[in-house]
Amino acid sequence: MTAATAATIGYAGSARLRWIELAPWLLAAAIYFFAPTYLPLGSYVLIMILFALSLDLILGYGGIVTLGHSAYFGFGAYVAGVFAIRVTGDPLLGLAVAAVSAGLLGLATGAVILRTHGLALLMLTLAITSILFEVANKWTTVTGGTDGLHSVPIEPILGMFRFDMFGKVAFLYCVVVVAACWWLVRTIVHSPFGVALAGTRENDVRMHAIGAPVYRRRLAAYTISTSLAGTAGALLTQTTQFAGLSVLGVELSGEVLVMLVLGGVRRIYGAFVGPGVYIVAKDYLAKQSPEYWYLGIGILLILIVMFARGGILGLLDRGLARLKRVRT
Amino acid sequence: MSGLALETRALCKTFGGLTVAANIEFRLEPGARHALIGPNGAGKTTFVNMLTGRLAPSSGRILLGGEDVTGLAPEARVKRGLGRTFQINTLFRDMSVLDNVALGVAERLGIAGRMWRAASAYREVRDEAMELLARLGLADDAGVRVLDLPYGKQRLVEILIALGLKPKVLLLDEPAAGVPSLESERILEVLDSLPGDIAILIIEHDMDVVFRFAKRITVLVQGEVLCEGTPSEIAADRRVHEVYLGERQHG
Repeated sequence: MTAATAATIGYAGSARLRWIELAPWLLAAAIYFFAPTYLPLGSYVLIMILFALSLDLILGYGGIVTLGHSAYFGFGAYVAGVFAIRVTGDPLLGLAVAAVSAGLLGLATGAVILRTHGLALLMLTLAITSILFEVANKWTTVTGGTDGLHSVPIEPILGMFRFDMFGKVAFLYCVVVVAACWWLVRTIVHSPFGVALAGTRENDVRMHAIGAPVYRRRLAAYTISTSLAGTAGALLTQTTQFAGLSVLGVELSGEVLVMLVLGGVRRIYGAFVGPGVYIVAKDYLAKQSPEYWYLGIGILLILIVMFARGGILGLLDRGLARLKRVRT
Repeated sequence: MSGLALETRALCKTFGGLTVAANIEFRLEPGARHALIGPNGAGKTTFVNMLTGRLAPSSGRILLGGEDVTGLAPEARVKRGLGRTFQINTLFRDMSVLDNVALGVAERLGIAGRMWRAASAYREVRDEAMELLARLGLADDAGVRVLDLPYGKQRLVEILIALGLKPKVLLLDEPAAGVPSLESERILEVLDSLPGDIAILIIEHDMDVVFRFAKRITVLVQGEVLCEGTPSEIAADRRVHEVYLGERQHG
């Protein structure tokens, strides 16, 4: 951990909000007012930020390495879609149902897989997302199979704000939901629970030896994380009015992991910077060269992993530290 | 007080045909300074692991403060006052020295599971951890990442984490292992200064440490208690000499 993060998290830290932490939200405001054509892309970035944030809680802070987090993202997405089609199109209710469902799935699956460690755990997370993928693929009457769920109905938020064709309301909706989840994660990470969670990552033998209920803590973190991932999935369904098989693939699990590594694991804002840079770079590269854009992403990732451990934010931290040393 | 701090009754452990603990009857008085010694492979580590709950005994019972804890999980034993240190540093490497100690204090106070306030808002945890650090002269290192500490100081953090649990029984697994002799003197001083009401069992290879610290010694050989007594009794015991120097005499 770098000095900057060590100083803020923990028993000697300070959880006070710093100005720089408002930067993502100022940027969101700027996009809303000055770049309205980017609102749909912005919504997607926000959704992936929430997804990456949920992953960071268990992977970065909890040390639970998973390649199956899309299971909960996708489950939330499908639950939101099915709920809107069969019950009601009220977005807040749908969001809540998706969040709770994904959390319950996380609790049930976590109770089993968190009894294992390392490679076994990784395999089990892969298995969960593969199973869910096949269920969504085969259970066509409910999920629409390979066609997915089209034209998912969505009513105005609180009966007042109708989703418009420019994606303005959808964007603001994403901003509010992601900001609320960001605050939740930030609170947890700074709390005694958060420090203890990091303790289980650092050394679970010692954690047992100080009398901590390690398994229960990890399961609690996993449940919260999966619920947040489900929330992100539900947001995607609601803002695009579509849920398809791609939300359940191992590919998506890998993609969000790449985003998080790119931004910087084990730091809240790594989950902001990563998806932002990844999706904008992808958008730009895809326009420049529609065939080879993946090559650009690959090179970016190799450079980050080789030369910038701690991701883009880690690189920034070291740059700032050097600047300070030069000045004094 | 007649109650024992820790007691084992006919404790056995076998792995297949191999017996690593045979009928161990062990008693630790409150406030004891007791050492467990024995040649390599005598079963010291197995014994400690059974006491802490990492290993289930094949038969026999373990009593902590008179209560049967044989079937309890490690963390439940910690809650009942059993603290330990590790032979090999088992620390939260990437965390500050303060947080290493504070984590244990927070567990003991029952606030380590709380989510809604910042850890730094729990002053009582930080203050208690700082007090402990100050007691061993580590106050200036509170903000240092534990990984960046010299090895000798890391050994002290190892002890401090256990002290933060306010144990009634403390198991010290080779507290001076790997420490250069100059620094091991500091660790011995610390051991001497530990609160008198804690019953301490020390597992140690270094006989200087054992004979300086312990008031009673138990010798374990091939999973069995060979003898128990005061340091002078043990030093005079012919069987102990044979065990430690046996190869030379017989071979």
